[in-house]
Amino acid sequence: MEIFNHNSNVPFLHWRKISTVIAAVLMIASIALLFTRGLNYGLDFTGGISVEVKYERAVDVGDVRRALDEGGIENPVVQSLGGSRQVLIRLQPKKVEGDAAAAGESASTRADKVAASVMAALKKDRPDATENSHSFVSPQVGDELKSDGSIAAIFVMIGIGVYLWIRFERRFAIAALLTEVHDTLVTLGVISLVQREFDLTVLASVLAVIGYSINDKVVVFDRIRELFRLSRKAEPEEILNRSINTTLSRTIITSLFTGITMAALYFFGGPQVHGFAITMLIGIVVGTLSSIFVASPILLWLGVSKKDLMPQTKDNPELARRP
Amino acid sequence: MSDFPRWKYALVALVLLFGIIYALPNAFPPVPSVQVLATHGAPLDASVKQKVADALTAQKVAYSGLEIDGDHLVADFPNADVQAKAADVVKAALGDDYTVALNLASTVPGWLRAIHANSMPLGLDLQGGVHFLMAVDQNAVVDKQEERYADDIRALLREKNIRYESLTRSSQRGQGINVVLRSAADRSAATDAIAIDYPDLLVQERSSTGDRFPLNVTVKPEKLRELALATIRQNTATLRNRINALGVSEPVIQQQGEDQIVVELAGVQNPAEAKKVIGAIATLEYRAGIGYPGDPRAVEAARTGNVPPDANLYYERGSNLPVLVSKRIIVTGDELADAASGIDQQSGTPKVDVTLSASGAKKMLDFTSANVGKPMAVVYVETVYDTKIVDGKEVHIPHTTQEVISDATIQGVFGKQFQTTGLNSPKEASELALLLKGGSLAAPMNIASQSVIGPSMGQDNIEKGLRAVLLGLGLVLLAAAIYYHLFGLVADIALFFNLVILVAVMSMIGVTLTMPGIAGIVLTLGMAIDANVLICERVREELRNGSSPHASIRAGYEKAWATILDANVTHLIAALALTTMGSGPIKGFGVTLLIGILTSMFTSVTVTHAITALIHGNRKLKTLSV
Repeated sequence: MEIFNHNSNVPFLHWRKISTVIAAVLMIASIALLFTRGLNYGLDFTGGISVEVKYERAVDVGDVRRALDEGGIENPVVQSLGGSRQVLIRLQPKKVEGDAAAAGESASTRADKVAASVMAALKKDRPDATENSHSFVSPQVGDELKSDGSIAAIFVMIGIGVYLWIRFERRFAIAALLTEVHDTLVTLGVISLVQREFDLTVLASVLAVIGYSINDKVVVFDRIRELFRLSRKAEPEEILNRSINTTLSRTIITSLFTGITMAALYFFGGPQVHGFAITMLIGIVVGTLSSIFVASPILLWLGVSKKDLMPQTKDNPELARRP
Repeated sequence: MSDFPRWKYALVALVLLFGIIYALPNAFPPVPSVQVLATHGAPLDASVKQKVADALTAQKVAYSGLEIDGDHLVADFPNADVQAKAADVVKAALGDDYTVALNLASTVPGWLRAIHANSMPLGLDLQGGVHFLMAVDQNAVVDKQEERYADDIRALLREKNIRYESLTRSSQRGQGINVVLRSAADRSAATDAIAIDYPDLLVQERSSTGDRFPLNVTVKPEKLRELALATIRQNTATLRNRINALGVSEPVIQQQGEDQIVVELAGVQNPAEAKKVIGAIATLEYRAGIGYPGDPRAVEAARTGNVPPDANLYYERGSNLPVLVSKRIIVTGDELADAASGIDQQSGTPKVDVTLSASGAKKMLDFTSANVGKPMAVVYVETVYDTKIVDGKEVHIPHTTQEVISDATIQGVFGKQFQTTGLNSPKEASELALLLKGGSLAAPMNIASQSVIGPSMGQDNIEKGLRAVLLGLGLVLLAAAIYYHLFGLVADIALFFNLVILVAVMSMIGVTLTMPGIAGIVLTLGMAIDANVLICERVREELRNGSSPHASIRAGYEKAWATILDANVTHLIAALALTTMGSGPIKGFGVTLLIGILTSMFTSVTVTHAITALIHGNRKLKTLSV
């Protein structure tokens, strides 16, 4: 079975102006979103108390909010967790003055009490409510995680850049890194747009998106290198376009297969991995599109050419001296 | 002719076999159980087993297994509710001499366990329990050290008859101790004295004004770093001691970074109980001894309950012998600066070196001067608060454990430094050193994060995770078979084995399976198929270019390999970064991804190549089903 016409020669690079302008606009929009709207940071990052509650029968988020309000719980964030029977309730911690150690101790003890009072308020309204879990995170831990996450992302990008520089060439490393930044920002932008909760698993997913999307780009780059080496007269634009076309079937099939598994995780894996799966799905779409429409135009602008890619042995003076 | 060497077939077969064997234990789900351990030297034999069996039968608690396994007794139960009830019953029946812990008993057959094939331990999110992240207050360490050195220097200067105007800690933490002397000569004498006695201190002269000759003494940064590390190690050790007393089986107590400790207690549902133990207060007291452990007077006192008015009756840890100890306290634990185990050069027996602070040293010197030849005991007092619900209110009941951890004869006059010799084994020496040092926490800690996961939620997560893995796998298998026909089926077999080998490797390394880990497995399966897509697309291309089927297979694998390698190495870099992220969920995910990438490279390329060669190897082919 084949879905793609193997003789297709879609002039992807012909549209490079449009495609890169769109990419740039998306990126700028994402940055703007991140600055204005920001990410809806989860408990892992903000600190606070969260209580996960399960009901025997379906429950309305509005009813939960009302029940909490009546129970005197201030400013709760109530979210539905996949399906209508599980809800997550988050409360921001109030600042505690005084000795840090004493404050930390009392804050965590208070977390237990708050969780108990939340449950009491809910049970009053709906006796079928049961507590699944509750957690408390101090805000200091969250700040640390944020910086750790950024460091990990930067480390990944630099590591990949260095590898591509060595295995391919400088231009490939730069093109991959730029596209990588684009993919990460746009993925974060979408998460910010829909205000999905950004927790640790989503952070893990964003880092995995970097890995996935670089995978996609490397496959195209590999073909570009191969075609440059094989062809006698290498017109960069034509080579790049041919590379995208020949790998197109693989690019889309792999995305589809990975997408299938992530969809399975989203629909059947339960609320704990929702954020992970949806972020990965967004990342797969963004990464696939940028492999086709963004990475190669950047490569072309950077001036990739046949002579940069010939195997190192050609530079061997021993060989050059021979007739 | 097949171009696939025979040794590679053997390798593939061997790896697949290993994969199946080491993944197999995960097919045996553990059962809820209660584990009984003897403490205070109590026996654990058939009579105890009978007692437990009787108690369970009397309370109508059904159990599916009850046996003594080495130094502990294990009882299996059909579900977690029965298990919790049984634990209470057993606790009540056996009393304080036994710790009763909730546990998950492995049902893996003995022959698998004999070759170290075990199932993956489950994370708290899959099992239920409490998770704490403790933050150690490193500032307190600096405070304590600077105060101690200030004391020591004060004593040193007095001893050397060097007069000083003032000696204070700098107002800023970590800036050391400021000493102001009266003359340049005094200052250089002080500098020399401090430098000789305390090589860990850095002494700097500051510009002098008039008759003030200041000196700044700081603790060397490397010493501070060493102290910080020692502090967190000691806190971890103390926590471990305390949690073992709590009766939680296989607790996770791990140091994380420079100032955090992760504590995970599976099966514990009441964080308040765990918190009380973690925050317990323990103190050490050096006291004058009366007699020796097990001597007639002590035995008599223990039998009749007639304890002399100036003494307390304690039991010695380990031997459980009664011993009388004077009520007079010589030195307390906070005056103890350091304790380290070693071997005594003269007698060749294990010893513990103890260092006291300046104030402690003076008291010890006074006491030993008058009491050579008499015994001295170390009493360990630990207070744990039990939380009980009485009339609907939480009541904290202090529960104090007091015991003698060491009893020795004073051999001579000593002060600041002394050693306890004549210990039976190096292990005993290191345990005593740890107890002396670790009896109390080296620095205060607070709980930075805490989560409680209900047991039903764990079960729920396992079911959902398993469903997601199987469904994701099934759909990809189906899609690959439809799209790539025979080659797709071969890739399917490889993908299935990828799951098996991935689980096997994770089990062998002992990676804890968590929900993010399951997400990692699903993602790995989705991406592992990429290598096969690359290969199949290449083979199709070669066929279109007019190559023969055999040549197409060979060229397809060869050309795809370079791409697969580059793609996977870059992906591996990303996974590696994830594993370095200190925090739990991300790390679990990263480790799974890392192992998955490595196993997928083997199964997607080598295993499929072997199977393809086996199918097409020696036949003449006109077409390929790809």
